[in-house]
Amino acid sequence: MTTTLPDRETDFSAEEFDGAEEQSRGKQLLGLVRRKPLLVMGVTLLVLFAGLAIVGPFFVGDPLATDPANTFRSPSAEHWFGTDKFGRDVFARSVHAARLDLTIGITIALIAMVVGSIIGVMSGYFGGVTDEVIMRLTDVVLAFPGFVLALIIVAALEETTVNVIIAVSVAFVPYFIRLTRAQVLKERELEYVDGARLAGNSPWRVAFRHVLPNSLAPSVVGATLVTGFAVLTVAGLAFLSVGIQPPTAEWGVMVGEGAKDIITGEWWTSLFPGGMIVVAVMAFHFIGDEFGGEAMS
Amino acid sequence: MRRYLAKRVGTSLLTILGIVVVVFFIVRVVPGDAASLRAGPYANEERIQQISDQYGLSDPIPEQFVDYVSGFAQGDLGVSIRTNQPVLGELLDRLPASLELAVYSVLLATMIGVPLGILAAAKQGTWIDNLARVYAVMGSSMALFWLGLLLIFFFAFQLGWFPGPVGRLAVGTEAPPTLTGFYTIDGVLSGRFSVTWEALRYLALPVFTLGFALAAPILKMVRAAMIEALDSDFVRTAKAVGVSRTRMLYVDGFRNALIPVITTIGIVFGFMLGGNIIVEFLFSWPGVGRYAFDAISTRDLESLQGFVIMVGVLYVILNIVIDIAYALIDPRIRLGKAAAT
Repeated sequence: MTTTLPDRETDFSAEEFDGAEEQSRGKQLLGLVRRKPLLVMGVTLLVLFAGLAIVGPFFVGDPLATDPANTFRSPSAEHWFGTDKFGRDVFARSVHAARLDLTIGITIALIAMVVGSIIGVMSGYFGGVTDEVIMRLTDVVLAFPGFVLALIIVAALEETTVNVIIAVSVAFVPYFIRLTRAQVLKERELEYVDGARLAGNSPWRVAFRHVLPNSLAPSVVGATLVTGFAVLTVAGLAFLSVGIQPPTAEWGVMVGEGAKDIITGEWWTSLFPGGMIVVAVMAFHFIGDEFGGEAMS
Repeated sequence: MRRYLAKRVGTSLLTILGIVVVVFFIVRVVPGDAASLRAGPYANEERIQQISDQYGLSDPIPEQFVDYVSGFAQGDLGVSIRTNQPVLGELLDRLPASLELAVYSVLLATMIGVPLGILAAAKQGTWIDNLARVYAVMGSSMALFWLGLLLIFFFAFQLGWFPGPVGRLAVGTEAPPTLTGFYTIDGVLSGRFSVTWEALRYLALPVFTLGFALAAPILKMVRAAMIEALDSDFVRTAKAVGVSRTRMLYVDGFRNALIPVITTIGIVFGFMLGGNIIVEFLFSWPGVGRYAFDAISTRDLESLQGFVIMVGVLYVILNIVIDIAYALIDPRIRLGKAAAT
């Protein structure tokens, strides 16, 4: 993987000594925009969404408050995204959903990454039968599209938010096992590993204290992509009424509820929350893509 | 070659067995009463008992497992709780609808992804390349249910260019006689060209929904493979001896980028084999994905289990076919070096 860092400030040109630090920083930013436009776009979107998710809910109304007198109002200054069939404010619901969806997406990516890296290190570092068994198991899990696997797990369990998180995490674990294992296979040939071993560290200690931290980079990049895919999967399941259920303010639930309104012309109840899903997922994928994250289905 | 084949088929059989085991245990070994879960929330004691007896749900798990695997080995995926029909037969009836959708979608995705990928690689670092990359990110971030709704809203309801989401043909149009199961082809074969035309119009929106998203991984792979190919020695030599740029790109470059590209298209198609639950639900497409959706909404875990197993098995089989094709093309693989899976 190629890691391209922004140019370091080692060039002490006269310009910088002139106290023009602000200007040079502005220039640096401009340079970054020109060199890595996708990264800049991703980070900008992510900051916006993070802000929306963290402070947004304090500024908008109750996402569950119904208003029978104001059903199906089209977007206006008062209701930016209009209101739905119960008179609920679509914007308020979308903002609350941002917090829920991003929290769920990040949680899933973290769980899958932690579990996947631990298994991946064992597979790659210890090799042999352990490796063979783990690889055959990942083959099995990877034979299903993540969405289908998550679907059957949620369908078999009780449909709670926690179970959705567990199901979707399970579907993404093999991805991190593979990423970590591939990196560990390269890493374990390096001299510091021999050094750690010869210094008398136990194999487990070498694997987890020395090799694992040095093998995490691809998984961290992978985690940004998986966060996006996790949001898509959770919302897609909710759209099919699997997992998170109405009246929860969640993007997929909102699109699912609003899909019927399209026939009668009330497009805003589904198209706004759906658009937010796509833009939020794009934010994560812009960043992952820039750092050479591998594509996955 | 024979040894390679034997090994490849051996591991695949193991994977298929693994698929059956994993799905079986996900569906059976869940907390809660298996029979009442299947019978649904409104079932009475009698119905629950009946389901428990019919599906052997009170037998010990190992016994149920042996029953299921031996059934599977004989091509039996169990019986649907909802319709009381064999699951395999129901899936096979619906597979052509999903396959027709898959074939056209992957075709469209290839038609978008390959040229854009080549263009992006040829213009690497320019705004054209950036635009192509933005499209790739957008495609892989696309919520299909949202894109589908958007298309239905604009092109079916607002503009009226395409029919609404009611399936493969208009209500009342008789399906062509089943020869291939693809309405567009069967229409031509039976001389009913109007049916082919109608089938194409009904295919348009779901195919565009899927094709838009599926083009993204293809574009990414074509771009990466082309950049690598254009960077290699033979392209430098070609440049040096004065081969034209077009020829270099499309003949020398693309030919050498072909294997990873075909793999990606194969994988994309593999994931489409099992249909797409969201798109088939949205467009009322009578394929296996829609079948899976109906199974979920009625808690018909037997059918859902059959569907998931079918998806996994088809994917594994497709992968064997792809690998064997490579082994035939590339002697390095069949002589045993690169079979790294």
